[in-house]
Amino acid sequence: MSLQVTDLWLDLGEFHLREVNLEVVPGEYFVILGPTGAGKTVLLETIAGLHFPRRGHIFLNGADVTRVPPERRSIGFVYQDYALFPHLSVAENIAFGLRLRGMGQKAVAERVDEISRRLSLHSLLQRRPETLSGGEAQRVALARALAIEPSILLLDEPLSALDPQTREELQRELARLHRELGTTTVHVTHDFEEAVALANRIAVMNQGQIVQVGSPEEIFRRPESEFVARFVGVRNIFRGEIFPGDGGYRWFALEGAGRQGLRIAVLTDLSGSVHASIRPEDVVLSREPLHSSMRNSFRGRVVGILDRGALIYVTVRVPPDGVPPGATDFVCAITRPSLEEMGLEEGGEVFIAFKASAVHIF
Amino acid sequence: MRVLFANRLTALFSALGALLVLFVVVPLARTVTASSPSLLWQTLLDAEVHSAISLTLYASFIATLLAFICGVPLAYLLARVDFPGKGVVEGIIDLPVVVPHSAAGIALLMVFGRQAPLGQAFGLLGLRFVSTVPGIVIAMLFVSLSFLVNAAREGFEAVDPRMERVARTLGASPWEAFWRVSFPLAWRSILSGAIMMWARGLSEFGAVVILAYHPMVAPVLIYQRFESFGLAYAQPVAALMILICLVAFAALRGIPRKNRRMR
Repeated sequence: MSLQVTDLWLDLGEFHLREVNLEVVPGEYFVILGPTGAGKTVLLETIAGLHFPRRGHIFLNGADVTRVPPERRSIGFVYQDYALFPHLSVAENIAFGLRLRGMGQKAVAERVDEISRRLSLHSLLQRRPETLSGGEAQRVALARALAIEPSILLLDEPLSALDPQTREELQRELARLHRELGTTTVHVTHDFEEAVALANRIAVMNQGQIVQVGSPEEIFRRPESEFVARFVGVRNIFRGEIFPGDGGYRWFALEGAGRQGLRIAVLTDLSGSVHASIRPEDVVLSREPLHSSMRNSFRGRVVGILDRGALIYVTVRVPPDGVPPGATDFVCAITRPSLEEMGLEEGGEVFIAFKASAVHIF
Repeated sequence: MRVLFANRLTALFSALGALLVLFVVVPLARTVTASSPSLLWQTLLDAEVHSAISLTLYASFIATLLAFICGVPLAYLLARVDFPGKGVVEGIIDLPVVVPHSAAGIALLMVFGRQAPLGQAFGLLGLRFVSTVPGIVIAMLFVSLSFLVNAAREGFEAVDPRMERVARTLGASPWEAFWRVSFPLAWRSILSGAIMMWARGLSEFGAVVILAYHPMVAPVLIYQRFESFGLAYAQPVAALMILICLVAFAALRGIPRKNRRMR
């Protein structure tokens, strides 16, 4: 189902929405990215019908639902801290929406069974929410939302309350569910990598306004404002594929880099199509070839120097004479003294290196 | 025990605190144990005592029921909705606790008495409040409603509003969200508030005696026997009332604590 938000204004205590316009196409995984207090949750709740806007309209599949109460919108909602009903078992939580629809006992049981298998919750059905781990609780909340076969799924920071390992697991689970079910999804987060890993498109939000909408690449390669640039940060994020390697390493082949393209040694259990990120601080820059234990070392050319005060960001193109998309730009962060010491300037040839363990695959 | 006497400070405080605890326990225990169980039983069979105690239990139950019907919705509003004058309403709900109860009785008489307009209006419907059971009920209601409303409000406040919101998205109307989520989750608090209110209503003397000396509720009977016949006659009735309140109190303590995690 498609979702359209036009010129939405809302005031709710300290939260405001200002002229919000969004268009989510059927089957899309759409991420709203922004700092805490940007109004992301309020926007999501307004889409769900939990607040009525002062101005503007919300369309679901072309129908104006601005004044339709939430119970008649067919929306699945998942909160950061699960909001499971503590007086009901896991099975009863999942069945909650089905019972409200007047579904028969048998049909409810079948649907609960199906959805709990899909989310590997089968062994937990008789448990009470208070006995679940964070990851389990969030999967139950997802199952409860998906059980009613919503026309759109709204996720409010669904991974933020989880520990890093569980977060990665559930993130992959979200991607898998979206692939399998194709439910149009709007996911709110403040975590850029989470957004990149899941989103078809990202909307960046600040102070109640949408400041930029685009593909993940567009957002971090071409930030349209100082805010987006700062919020997203200067970083190296690449899309590509994992191939088997040796000595405990695997190869990450950058997308679009061609057959003879760049390969980076990485440490990961993942395979297939993934993202890789390297913090600019972890990329070492020098004039001479580096002889070190670092697994990844490349020759390149300086194509940009960005002065950010404490740190200088140097963009290095690998290979030195390539042009994108065949070539890849890496950003390295160095201090002012080392910039002066090395006497770097645009067009100069340099070497960059980084450890396999400095590459985060997600 | 040793931790209480670990140093001079806690030892002294323990002694002072113990005085207060004993001050409560000793008179109650003395009254309850002063008469033999058989005498208590005989007292209970005394028609006057018997009817006074049943009337007390009944009238307080009706008062609690009335407070439940109007107080739970009010408590929900206070917990969920920010409306102008909310602080004032909360203050008004606490007011009966601080007003002298005999003054509360006078105040009720001023409105529900035979000469008062509201009293006359109810009179036309056949409902009179002076020297009647309804009079006892409104006196009990007035002085003890705060307990139920406040407990219910705290119960609703402890329910994460996001749970209601999720229920709404899953297809629940506001009514269904209330009955299936908020009310069951606040139920333990509401129940303990109701028991507290009921027990407080049972014990009411001041407001009740102004509106209705007759029919006689147990606290009034205790006073009347004490005044007319002396301590020995009042004591068994007092013992019975203390025991009844202890049972209610035990029931209150027996309500399991709230769900460990509400969100």
